Amino acid sequence: MSSNYSIVANQLTKIFGEFKAVDEISFHVEKGEIFGFLGANGAGKTTAMRMLTGLIKPTSGKATVAGFDIFTESEQIKRNIGYMSQKFSLYQDLKVWENIEFYGGLYGMNKKEINKATAELLEKLELTKEINVLVGDLPLGWKQKLAFSISIIHKPKIVFLDEPTGGVDPVTRRQFWNLIYEAAERGITIFVTTHYMDEAEYCQRVAIMVDGKIEAMDEPARLKRDFKTNSMDDVFYRLARQAKRSDP
Amino acid sequence: MITVQNISKSFGKNGQQKALTDIHISVNKGELFGLIGPDGAGKTTLFRILTTLILADQGSAEVAGLDVVKDYKMLRKKLGYMPGRFSLYQDLSVAENLAFYASIFNTTIEANYHLIQDIYVQLEPFKDRRAGALSGGMKQKLALCCALIHKPEVLFLDEPTTGVDVVSRKEFWEMLGRLKMEGITIFVSTPYMDEASLCDRIALIQNGHILSENTPAELVSAFKSDLFGVKADKMNDARKSLLDLENVDDVYAFGEFLHVKSNKGTVHQKEIFDHLKSSGFEDIEVLKIDATIEDCFMDLMHS
Repeated sequence: MSSNYSIVANQLTKIFGEFKAVDEISFHVEKGEIFGFLGANGAGKTTAMRMLTGLIKPTSGKATVAGFDIFTESEQIKRNIGYMSQKFSLYQDLKVWENIEFYGGLYGMNKKEINKATAELLEKLELTKEINVLVGDLPLGWKQKLAFSISIIHKPKIVFLDEPTGGVDPVTRRQFWNLIYEAAERGITIFVTTHYMDEAEYCQRVAIMVDGKIEAMDEPARLKRDFKTNSMDDVFYRLARQAKRSDP
Repeated sequence: MITVQNISKSFGKNGQQKALTDIHISVNKGELFGLIGPDGAGKTTLFRILTTLILADQGSAEVAGLDVVKDYKMLRKKLGYMPGRFSLYQDLSVAENLAFYASIFNTTIEANYHLIQDIYVQLEPFKDRRAGALSGGMKQKLALCCALIHKPEVLFLDEPTTGVDVVSRKEFWEMLGRLKMEGITIFVSTPYMDEASLCDRIALIQNGHILSENTPAELVSAFKSDLFGVKADKMNDARKSLLDLENVDDVYAFGEFLHVKSNKGTVHQKEIFDHLKSSGFEDIEVLKIDATIEDCFMDLMHS
């Protein structure tokens, strides 16, 4: 039963009042896969991600994340995943090492493990000299790279990244993706949302949500072939344009 | 229509955080001008100086022939400003917000309705809804209507498409194209490099410095290196492998391709192909390509 899959979702649904935010989505994500989750604003991406990270309970359907049931084992899920978003990442008024210690502690690491991981992490990011700098004083790109590294400091099985590169300069954005590749090579599954279609190309597979449903899911190259186009932008645009859900 | 000369601005204790350093920009009347750069580059600071909301430490600027410091009262009547953060009154309805902005400029919604009609028809079904309860895309449209309602000569739009999906972004740029036809000068900022090509002219900004001011076409043709688009079966491994090839300056992911940058004439298509082939890669494709705005931006960031 417990297979090569890191995430298995079956007809996962979330209804708020009369609004079907997520409408029977089913998909598998393999261990170590980089899986892109795309959709227009309001398509249901965030709601789906909240269910998978154990923050809200689905209305119906089934899903396991890292082998744990999202209905009954949400606490185990939280211990086995990492999460990072552009909007909320680190505490600006804590120093670099304080943020690392805080998150390491939250993820259940002991002092010795945290110290070891801190040294490795800072050396890799070439931030060793900035250990006592307030995170708020770091350039945005550094913050995002630091936030990502902290989100996997406890070596989770899966990391969820919610628009991690929004507004980041093009050079740093690529450095960020190099970090993602390295994490995937170490066996961490990557579940990532983005508005940059060039980044969709960096994923092994992408799912595109429209009006709460997954309307397309495949490797980027196959999607482009199916839609007879050479750009993911075009694939996305043609799917998202069909949305019937009124925007507000 | 906009002239910026030697503008510098710092923040913090003793001005240790430099937001803008010696900025020069000029925007012609009727132009759609893009200020392109990542978060933290200084875009919003420049917008606030030009819209008379903060003072520069050094330098001067004119907008619509008026000095941004001396003539600020007059200037405020002539410019429309849509800040990056949602600026509307959350607890007023759509219609109330619009009426409020019209009234503070001593005008009415009817007087300039033709300017906002295209956009406002989409909002009209929700005109009694509180602005705070609108989606991001709709808030953005309402904010644009409010910035336009007094028929400004110059429109300042600070990151109107940030965090907005591809469909809404496309719609928004179509709206800007129509406003340009009305003769309004538009100064717009964006972190999305692909939007640069939709502007008449652009300035690239990074760490408070203007890297380049040009038309998109001229900027791209000024790219000095050779650029190749490369595909292979294992892209990330191919990227690392190509960094070892002699005379290659940079290799980075770019959508479905890797971009390989080298000094003009130093590396040939065949060398790249052979290098990958002999390193065991398959499904190799190597094309000589033109640079995009994003390639130029990265190139200018390094130099």
